[in-house]
Amino acid sequence: MCGIVGLFLKDKSLEPELGTLLSDMLVTLTDRGPDSAGIAIYGSADRGLAKLTVQSAAPQRDFPKIKETLSAAGIPVASLHLKDTHAVVAIAADKLDAARAALSAALPELRVMGAGEAMEIYKETGLPKDVVSRFSIRKMSGTHGIGHTRMATESAVTTLGAHPFSTGSDQCLVHNGSLSNHNNIRRELKRLGMSFETENDTEVAAAYLTAEMAKGKNLGQALTSALDDLDGFFTFVVGTRNGFGVLRDPIACKPAVMAETDRYVAFGSEYRALVNLPGIANARVWEPEPSTVYFWEH
Amino acid sequence: MPVINLLETPLRELNAKLHNLPQGSNETAFEVVNPRGSHAVAVGVDAPLTIDVRGSVGYYCAGMNDGGTITVHGSAGPGVAENMMSGTVVIEGDASQYAGATGRGGLLVIKGNAASRCGISMKGIDIVVGGNIGHMSAFMGQSGNLVVLGDAGDALGDSLYEARLFVRGSVKSLGSDCIEKEMRPEHLGLLRGLLDKAGMDARPEEFKRYGSARKLYNFNIDNAEAY
Repeated sequence: MCGIVGLFLKDKSLEPELGTLLSDMLVTLTDRGPDSAGIAIYGSADRGLAKLTVQSAAPQRDFPKIKETLSAAGIPVASLHLKDTHAVVAIAADKLDAARAALSAALPELRVMGAGEAMEIYKETGLPKDVVSRFSIRKMSGTHGIGHTRMATESAVTTLGAHPFSTGSDQCLVHNGSLSNHNNIRRELKRLGMSFETENDTEVAAAYLTAEMAKGKNLGQALTSALDDLDGFFTFVVGTRNGFGVLRDPIACKPAVMAETDRYVAFGSEYRALVNLPGIANARVWEPEPSTVYFWEH
Repeated sequence: MPVINLLETPLRELNAKLHNLPQGSNETAFEVVNPRGSHAVAVGVDAPLTIDVRGSVGYYCAGMNDGGTITVHGSAGPGVAENMMSGTVVIEGDASQYAGATGRGGLLVIKGNAASRCGISMKGIDIVVGGNIGHMSAFMGQSGNLVVLGDAGDALGDSLYEARLFVRGSVKSLGSDCIEKEMRPEHLGLLRGLLDKAGMDARPEEFKRYGSARKLYNFNIDNAEAY
């Protein structure tokens, strides 16, 4: 099964509530997948800075070493926020690759959840209610975000196997379904120089879209290509720096409901996830069509 | 009329109440409020009850209905009225995938659109849809009638047995072994009756009839590609 949610705000006055709204949506869908949960939030961005979200199974051992590791590599740390097993490190955007390399050399058990100017990703095994409370997601503000509660099928129940998957700067994806040609596509993307952290099919879908957007396609065009190249069952919700997209495979057996008002666009695996959104009674509510690309940009 | 508020009453309590009414009970009309997308609202009703659900429901609403008149004043999630035996289910809004799947009897009216696989494996149910239906609708439909005032998606009536399909708008594509058939007077009469029962304002003459070409009933090696 799996449950997925997404919320793209049009009305700035809702931004302080993004974390709360998205958390409630995700917790409602707990019974669609109780293995692991994760949320990506697009929050504030500081000019010239990039945020790196990292995770450790031993945060007390690893996190105190982040600052000194980066300083030793000549990378000043603009800020470091610790939240349970996750840390968000802000550094100069042009030092992002160097920072990843330095951290991976010095702290091999540190895992990168995602990176970007605005995006932060929090994901762990466990129930959505526990995951959102461990990372204080309800207090987070932002412009848009996506979330996932997992019932694992294609790879192990681990932090890295949880969604959202991020394979490019400020890009992330959540997935309900299972891909059947992910091994082939992973091989092709590896040949192009991409690297993979897991055996998971969804990571391949995320990396595929990253590769397509790297060719200059916008999110909508990348999703259109996915219809030709990805085989299997999928309902995807995708986030980019300023965009939000939805795509269902041609069979469309994985459920999806969307709602739009003047204030937001929302996605839920089920209508239950949307019932607490402001003004839902008067929202346009519809089921996204199969093989049809939906995307919104700020 | 008893009003059941699903914010306060657990779903199982609602359904148990509907199942346990003594035969001949005078309590035959119920209103359900705040369904908020709940699953399995009013499943397994087996008495001539009238149930009005105020709001949208999730999976499997009114499943296995046998004699109830259940109206959803909102939209319905996947599998509404699945395996209905008899009675009437009305959806004022839209319905998600596989509405009326495997239905044996009764009438399902969807005033808005229905998504994919509407009436899949239908076995005697009548389904009337005011809007459009999605792909693979009436797949392997065995008997009953599917009436669509709008358009039908891809692969309508694939591997159809004896269900009758009436579509007023366009059909994106027909599935294997589904063909357009002549609309004879008895079909116009049947359609008139279904439209009247469903309270739909449409003229039977505007519809086309589709049914099985009956080429895939038994295995034939010459048809191997179509199976």
